[in-house]
Order: sequence, then C-alpha cells, then structure tokens
Amino acid sequence: MQCACGKGGKNMPKQEARQHRKGRMTLKRREAATGWLFVSPALIGFSIFTFGAILRSFYFSLTDYSLLTEPEFLGLDNYIRAFTNDEYFYKYFGNTFYFVVTLVPIVLMCSLLLAILINRKAGRITKAYRVALFLPSITSTVAVSMVWLWIFNPDLGLLNNFLTAIGFQTPPMWLSDPQWSKPALVIMRVWQMCGYYMIMFLTGLQTIPETLYEAAEVDGASPVQKFFRITVPMLANTTFVVAILLVIEAFNMFESIFIMTSGGPLGSTSTIMYYIYEQGFTNYNMGYASALAWIFFALIMVVTLIQYRFRNEQGGE
Amino acid sequence: MKIRPMGMQARRRTGNIAYHLFMAVLCLTMIYPFVWSLFSSFKGREQLYTDSPLNILPEPPTLENYDRLFEVLPFERFVINSVILSVAIPLCMIAVASFTAYALTRLQFKGRNLLFLAFVATMMIPSHVTLIPNYKTIVDLNLYNTYTALFLTNVFTASNAFNIFFFRQFFLSIPKDLESAAIIDGCSRLGVFLRIILPNSKPAIATTAILSFRSVWNAFLMPMLIINDYDKMTLTVGLKYLKEWEPNWAVLLAGASLSIVPIVIVFLAFQKYFMNSNMNAGFGGT
Repeated sequence: MQCACGKGGKNMPKQEARQHRKGRMTLKRREAATGWLFVSPALIGFSIFTFGAILRSFYFSLTDYSLLTEPEFLGLDNYIRAFTNDEYFYKYFGNTFYFVVTLVPIVLMCSLLLAILINRKAGRITKAYRVALFLPSITSTVAVSMVWLWIFNPDLGLLNNFLTAIGFQTPPMWLSDPQWSKPALVIMRVWQMCGYYMIMFLTGLQTIPETLYEAAEVDGASPVQKFFRITVPMLANTTFVVAILLVIEAFNMFESIFIMTSGGPLGSTSTIMYYIYEQGFTNYNMGYASALAWIFFALIMVVTLIQYRFRNEQGGE
Repeated sequence: MKIRPMGMQARRRTGNIAYHLFMAVLCLTMIYPFVWSLFSSFKGREQLYTDSPLNILPEPPTLENYDRLFEVLPFERFVINSVILSVAIPLCMIAVASFTAYALTRLQFKGRNLLFLAFVATMMIPSHVTLIPNYKTIVDLNLYNTYTALFLTNVFTASNAFNIFFFRQFFLSIPKDLESAAIIDGCSRLGVFLRIILPNSKPAIATTAILSFRSVWNAFLMPMLIINDYDKMTLTVGLKYLKEWEPNWAVLLAGASLSIVPIVIVFLAFQKYFMNSNMNAGFGGT
C-alpha cells in the first residue's frame, strides 16, 4: 500500500487518481472484513463464555438464585448479607489472608534462593537439580494433595515418623488440628510452588551482566553487598511479576483445600474461594456465591493495583 | 591471594562439597514424596498400616492395589480420557488463539485495539466469577456431561486470552516483508497465515501448547462440575471419587501415582520446553 501511495504523485491524471483511491478504499474495507471474519469465532465464543458470563455473574449477584428456579431480584442484599450477617465471611477472609501473607513472602524468598543456588555453574549436575526442583510444580495439585494427605497423617504419615525418629516426642497432628492445619497447607504449597517461580527468577538472573559482579569484586564488595546492591535491584522487574502472579495464585488456593481438608477442621482452612464453591454448588445459593465472587474479585483487583502503585513509586518502568 | 593458594583451593573444595550436599538434600525433598508414593502403592495393606513409612521398600511388592484401583473405578478410561482431552483441547485453543491473534496483529480494522484490550483484560478476571454463569449456560445448552462443554470453557475463557496475547507478542516480531511478498504474489490472508505465519511460529506454539497441556491435564473444578459419567471422567476428577469411595490408602496412593507418573514422563522428555515455556510465560506477561 505504501508503494502505491508513493506512485500516486502529481503527474497522475485526476480520474485515474480517483479510481486508485476507490480501489484503495475497497481494499481497506476488504481487509477490515477479513479481520472481523477472522476474529469472529473467538469474539462469539468469548461473548458467551467470558464477557457475557461476567455480566450475568454480576446480575446473579443481585438475585436470590438456586439454579432450579428463576433468579429473584434482591438488589444489594447479598452484598449486605456478606458484610453484616455472615459469621463465616470474615473468618474465611481471615484464612485467605493468612495463606496470602504466609505463602507470598515464603515462596518469593525460597524461589529466589533456589534460583541463585541453581545459577551457580557447578557442572552438568545443576541441570539435574533444576529438573528435580521444578518437578513438583508440573504435577496436578489434586494428585499431590492426595500424597501429602498421607504424608501428614499423624500416626502413619511420613512426616511425623520422621520427626519422631529425629527426636520430637509429640509431633503436631497437622491436618486434624485447627492450630496446625493452615501451616500444613502452607508447607505443602511452598513445596509445590517454589520450582515454578525459581525458573522465572533464574531467567532474570541470567540477564544480569557478569561484568557488574566483576566490577564490584574489584571494588572489594562482599557477597552480601553484591546480593543487595546488584542482584536485588537488577531483579526488580522479575520480582514484580513473580509477586503479582504469586498473590493471585495464593488468593485462588482451592484444590489442595478441597482434597486435603474440605475447609476443616472447624473451618480453619476454608478460604473465600472454597466458600464460593460451597455456597454455589453444595448449598445452591448461586446468587450469594456470585456476590462473594465479586467481592473477592474486587479485593484481588485492589491488591494488584496497590502492587502496581508500589512498583511505580519504586521507580520501575 | 597468592600466599596460600593451597588453602584457597581446599576451602573452595569444601564449599563445593557443601553446596552439592545441600542441593542433594533439597532435591531429595522435592522428589521423595513422589518416589515414596510410588513405592507405597506397591505395599500390601498390612505393611502400609503397621510398618514404619520410613521403610520405603515394599516387602513383598504386590500389584493388589492396582488390581483394586481398576476394580473400583475405570481408571484405564480416566487415563485415556485425560490424554485425549489434554491433547485435543490445547490444539483447539492454539488454533483459535493464533488465528485471532493474527487478525489482531496484521489486519487493519476499526476497533481492533479495543478488541485486543478486551481479550487481554479478561485475564484479570478470576475464574470463579465466570464459573456459575458458565455452568448455567452449559446446562441450558444441553451440554451437561459432554466434552463439548470442556472445549468451550477452555477455548473461550481467560487461559486462551493469554494465548491470544502471547501469539500477538510473537507475531509482532515476525518481519512483515515475507508476508507482503506473498500477498503481492496473490496469496490470500488465510494462505499467508497457514503457510507463512504458522510455520514461523514454532516457539510460540510450543510454549502455548505446553502451558495449555498442563492446565488441561491438571484441571479439576470445571470437569468435576460438568462431567458425571465415569466413562467420561478425567484422572483428577476420578481421584476425587476414588478418595470418597476407597478407604484403603494404598489404593489411593496407587491412584495418585498413576496420575503423576505420565506427566512426569512427559516432563522429563520435554523438560527443556517446559522450562522455556515457563520463562516465556512470565515475561510475556509483563
């Protein structure tokens, strides 16, 4: 098209120019038509299963709806009920926050540490280490939860037998104790999630030029100084991405809870995500479940925006 | 530094040994639960419930747990179903995503950028917001208990929006010259896409294929809600029912091992691609 424009100079007779422009118009229109044709399958599908679903979910959140009968309009009642008249709401929000507040920093630090360890060029075996550390993150959370359920078994499980063997007389009851059920889930999730984020940090580490460290070494910097003055600032972008993904993943914790505790004991591991499932598909309060989903969505948005804000204040791009 | 080279070397060597020891312990922590689960699945009921779990070796090894596993539920079907779905669904996702991304990258039309933004924005929406309305849509369309429902809810939701985004990023890096030449030669847009763009997008296809494969293989909530026929269930959903019905833990560990081993084999075979796709995903997402 650009060449055509170049050719259409002053020397071209008027009529020909007009015809030329007309040809260009139809060509443009044809391209637009092709464009719409190409995107139409996705557009139609997304209109039903994503865009439309979002709107309908919001509508359901304003109704009393049990799937069997038609939704009955309630206005904001579901939202009011959640904040003022639901004893579980705050408790489960608290549990959700517990998982976010523990998982995010622990996984962040562990995966960074693992990435630094793996980044050491210590022969071909580091490749094997990398594969081993990454392995838990590719397997399904459902299957892994089944394995860990048995590992956490107070009497017959691997963990407590190991702890007794190395001298702990009364190891915790883990998943059957409301005090220990949350830490148990955190242990299992940290074990499963670290390898995934380790690879992201590793990619970040490999983009840091070696010369920076060499220069610092010449200036007599200690390994600790090198870590805080070079590695940490150079990884700022990676850390930001990892933090955003981690927060979302921690908020969405569901499958491990579903398989390992069903929210128990005494509701100590029930998260908002699990509560939405329970309200929607066990109690068939689809309207209320949708309202919970929207409150939860708003919360995740706010946290993510705060992270962006924080990032901008730190002077990132 | 030059005064005591021997001391330095010795220190470095102990440092190296300590490093490898530490890494070995870490790796063992990561792998041991899998190995232990696999070995325990060959233990007899007697041994599993009385012997210390620290004794990992099954004495004597037995296949009774696997016999029982296939007796309680059709696990061989679950494996087949999972394999078929986690190949077929990603293929559809990639076909739709790449096609859409091509139009959004190379074809000029009004509203294109807005449309792209709309697709990308859906990545921010947590899946449980769309869970209930999609469940209802599927019931209304008489698609309950069908694979069509699983295809639709994967191809037209947020995870495929990510694929669209990812493909677009990739297509932007393909030079336009190739394409212009083909168009001048009279090749249609579809032809350009199929003969020039796709063959040049192998890295992007590999990345999205692996990420989608993993998410479909591990998917739990949607297939659990939609599928209720044992003949159609996937492994993850089958495990949930196994846990409800079977009290013997040796059998449950057999089920878990059966669903872990295939993906581990696939991972070991394609581990380079798995890790690359992980990296790409992280940085495509920025």
